[in-house]
Amino acid sequence: MADLQLRSVTKAYGAAEVIKGIDLDVAEGEFCVFVGPSGCGKSTLLRMISGLEPISGGEVKISGDVVNHLGPAERGLAMVFQSYALYPHMTVRQNLSFGLENTRTPKAEIAERVGAAAKMLQIDQLLDRRPKDLSGGQRQRVAIGRAVVREPRIFLFDEPLSNLDAELRVEMRGEISRLHRRIGNTMIYVTHDQVEAMTMADKIAVLRDGRLEQFGRPLDLYNRPENLFVAGFIGSPKMNFFAAEVASGALKLAAGPTFALPEGRFDLREGAKVTLGIRPNALKPAAAGLTLTVADVERLGGESYLYGHSPDGSAITVHSPGQTGVEPGTEIALSPDMAEAHVFDADGRSLRRH
Amino acid sequence: MANFLTRTRGKERLHWTDWLSYAYLLFGVVVMFGPVLWLALSSFKTEAELQHYPPRLLPYIQKTEKIPGYDSALPIFKVTKGALAGQEVAQVRRIGLVAQVVRPDEPGKLVKLPIADRKPVEHVALATSNYVKLFKRFDFLRFLWNSTFITVVATAITLVINSMAAFALSKYAFRGRGTVMALVIGTLMIPQTVVLVPLFLVVRDLGMINSLWGVIIPGAATPTGVFLLRQYMLTIPDEILDAARMDNASEWKIYWRIILPLSAPAIAVLAILSIMWRWNDFLWPLIALTQSKFFTLQLALNSFRGEFNTDWASLLAMTVLTLLPIVAVFAFLQKYIATGIATTGGK
Amino acid sequence: MYKLISPLMQLVDWPMRAFQSRFGQRRLAWVFLAPNLALFGLFVFLPVILNFAYAMTGSEHILLRDRPFVGAQNFAQLTNCKDYLNPNSCQLDVFWRAVHNTVWFIVLQIGFMVGFSLLTALILNRKIRARGFFRAVFFFPVLLSPVVVALVWKWILQDQGALNGVLSSLGYQPYNWLLDPSWAFGFSVFLTVWFHMGFYTLILLAGLQAIPRDVYEAAAMDAASPWRVFRKITLPLLMPTMIVVLVLALIKGVQTFDELYAFTGGGPGSATTLMIQYIYETGFAGAPRLFGLAAAASILLALVLVALTAVQLWVTRRNANG
Ligand SMILES: Nc1ncnc2c1ncn2[C@@H]1O[C@H](COP(=O)(O)OP(=O)(O)OP(=O)(O)O)[C@@H](O)[C@H]1O
Ligand SMILES: [Mg+2]
Repeated sequence: MADLQLRSVTKAYGAAEVIKGIDLDVAEGEFCVFVGPSGCGKSTLLRMISGLEPISGGEVKISGDVVNHLGPAERGLAMVFQSYALYPHMTVRQNLSFGLENTRTPKAEIAERVGAAAKMLQIDQLLDRRPKDLSGGQRQRVAIGRAVVREPRIFLFDEPLSNLDAELRVEMRGEISRLHRRIGNTMIYVTHDQVEAMTMADKIAVLRDGRLEQFGRPLDLYNRPENLFVAGFIGSPKMNFFAAEVASGALKLAAGPTFALPEGRFDLREGAKVTLGIRPNALKPAAAGLTLTVADVERLGGESYLYGHSPDGSAITVHSPGQTGVEPGTEIALSPDMAEAHVFDADGRSLRRH
Repeated sequence: MANFLTRTRGKERLHWTDWLSYAYLLFGVVVMFGPVLWLALSSFKTEAELQHYPPRLLPYIQKTEKIPGYDSALPIFKVTKGALAGQEVAQVRRIGLVAQVVRPDEPGKLVKLPIADRKPVEHVALATSNYVKLFKRFDFLRFLWNSTFITVVATAITLVINSMAAFALSKYAFRGRGTVMALVIGTLMIPQTVVLVPLFLVVRDLGMINSLWGVIIPGAATPTGVFLLRQYMLTIPDEILDAARMDNASEWKIYWRIILPLSAPAIAVLAILSIMWRWNDFLWPLIALTQSKFFTLQLALNSFRGEFNTDWASLLAMTVLTLLPIVAVFAFLQKYIATGIATTGGK
Repeated sequence: MYKLISPLMQLVDWPMRAFQSRFGQRRLAWVFLAPNLALFGLFVFLPVILNFAYAMTGSEHILLRDRPFVGAQNFAQLTNCKDYLNPNSCQLDVFWRAVHNTVWFIVLQIGFMVGFSLLTALILNRKIRARGFFRAVFFFPVLLSPVVVALVWKWILQDQGALNGVLSSLGYQPYNWLLDPSWAFGFSVFLTVWFHMGFYTLILLAGLQAIPRDVYEAAAMDAASPWRVFRKITLPLLMPTMIVVLVLALIKGVQTFDELYAFTGGGPGSATTLMIQYIYETGFAGAPRLFGLAAAASILLALVLVALTAVQLWVTRRNANG
């Protein structure tokens, strides 16, 4: 077990800078999720931690020791890959023991550790099969097992569930969380699925374009996004954004209506152009307010979603509990719950006071 | 007319173009297989039968019989004319146009007979005398050993060094990779046939003329093999190598524990090709091996081909033994060989 | 087998590991490349350079330092000809006879070989029974060794052979085929076609099978006649494969040696002597070994081959890119 520190690490492929200076502290035993859109550098960052990718600048520290110059084998980490990367020509047992054999672990100990890991992951029936004879979920367990037997200081996961179907993904998500609770190791988990991030993480690191946008506990990110990007990325469905202007302490929306903000929560400058963010479940039908032209209604039974746009053209999503009688094509008025409002300046930074 | 030029034909009954096609194919069977079968059959003929003109299709052996009072078995003839007509006699000796024969039941009584009045009694049988002679009189086993040694060792070396190079070229990004690939393509453009003279001199300076190593080493690195294996290794996902690296495997271990087993199909193709090239190789061994004790089977076969009279009896037997391994390999691995040769352009 | 070499591989592991930790992963690539590149250098690139050195020096000495520089004299000798179409007017008439033979040989061989290969491939591509067997029948001579092929046919064509046997039973006189220059040349072409056509048949068959079925179905909907389908669909779509076959056959045809050397020995006279045999005999079999001349001749040959191979690579690449 170990903690991990990144000190302004950078990565460049030739002239192209892919990781642009990231600082991060992952405490011992924490489950940390890297999340961000495709191509933002999550995998690259993870591979830099693992030692598979050389580091262009900065420092990676594990348990306080700089490991920049160490190869992947010497860092004492284990990794689970997106494509599983099982050795196709080896049985499950050989897949699990390959790494231990390489470190010249005694035979008896290998057998014991493989047996224990297989039992924990419920793959003890499959030990003599080849990867091609396993289902997707089983392969995933083997890939995790291969990491578990190594008893690494830190587990690294690179989108391990993205090849599974939706149902299995939910199941495996629970399983990885249970694994973490059980062995308590530090884990770093890469995904671009924010639901996965929210449900599994102790801490989430939101990345965009090679930079760390925000790092914190899931609900902190949800409740207090530091910028427009994090606000839009965390939470499903996405937060609604409206262009607005500060007018005597309240917000005048480009779409027409004006709404008052909670006293003293935001740093507002009179006349400033800002963006108001309201989550779909904080918009309620009302007698008057923001006009929504309904284009689409999703009725899920227990809850409903309305999709449409405001008079100025901003897209709006409304979440309403229970069943709704609103029909597509109609217009309704909405009132936002301003206690849950988020306000961002023209550069996208949150104006909330800390 | 030209229905037979197109691929598909739906009707149930055989069209005349189908008959034509089958006729062509059967003709092909005769022309392609016939000569080799003919040679194989011939190799089982006795020397006497090989002299027989016009040649007969099947190998015949003349009946012989042990007659009391004579040391060796005597050939049996059937008399066609005269007093003994219709009877079988054993020939004791022949003097000019007259044969001295005895009746098997009267071994003491010599009878004179014009040779035109008797016909050998023969039956179809495979004579192994040519093969026996080959092993007794010639150094066949040495030629066989030379060929086998060259084929096995050269193929092993080729597989190892070609796969190492292919691994580097497919799985590492390093400065100069493009240059190396260009060099490999370059060697593809320079067949051995155009550098015979300097190659001979280089090998001679290395002291490898008249040594089996002089045949094995110069052709051990094949550009075809590097290409074939590299192309296959490119399809192995890099993540598997990364997984092995996380599993503490050294790069060399990745090469032989992960890459080699996973490239087995391509390695098999290259192995078959290399075995064929080496077993059938001729020009370079002809130049590099001048002493007959180093001859390969191919060279030995060629050297049997005398200027004026050829010892066909031994030559036929040796030819059959030379093509046997290839035929055996072909019978088992036909499919691999065909695809292997088709994908690499032969050589 | 794998178990057998495992300990050996393990032995190599620790020096490689040491190198890896000392010089890093990237430079390890050169270690993997080293054996192969060393052999290429020693037995391909060095000879290419030496070839020029020998081609520009004279005498019968084998060591380069004993050989006087003669410049382009060897090339001048080779190309000294009053009339290139008449080998007898050339200083080195055997060389030019070999060149003529090679050109004729290639023209005839490629014509017959491509023709028969295409016919065979078209037939094998039809719905026929036992296709695998027939394909194997046409393919199997490819695997035989050149010497064996030569002996098989020599055995049939020798003066007391099967061909004469059949002919004399039909009432013809037996004939010594391989002692007649024209027949020897003709049978040489026949023998190489017999030997190699299976290989080209296989390539053409693959090309034919790569033509999508629905193209033919569309043509059937258009009520195209079979002949038109062949001319307008099969042939054009097969063209890339045909070009590959032609170029490959050219490259291999120019280098023909083994089977003819064992078949006729280049004779009678020099009726079946091709380029490689000329080089072989000039450099290795002749009484004075004329390395310079042989090297010069092989450079001329190499020029032809490099051009052909460049075309081949270009064609394959173009085909691969669609
Ligand atoms: N070897 C390389 N050379 C150049 N650029 C690279 C290389 N590898 C990755 N990149 C670039 O680095 C950026 C980050 O890639 P990375 O794989 O880390 O993204 P990611 O966040 O994992 O995306 P995804 O969610 O799609 O997996 C991408 O823009 C990619 O194009
Ligand atoms: Mg990724």
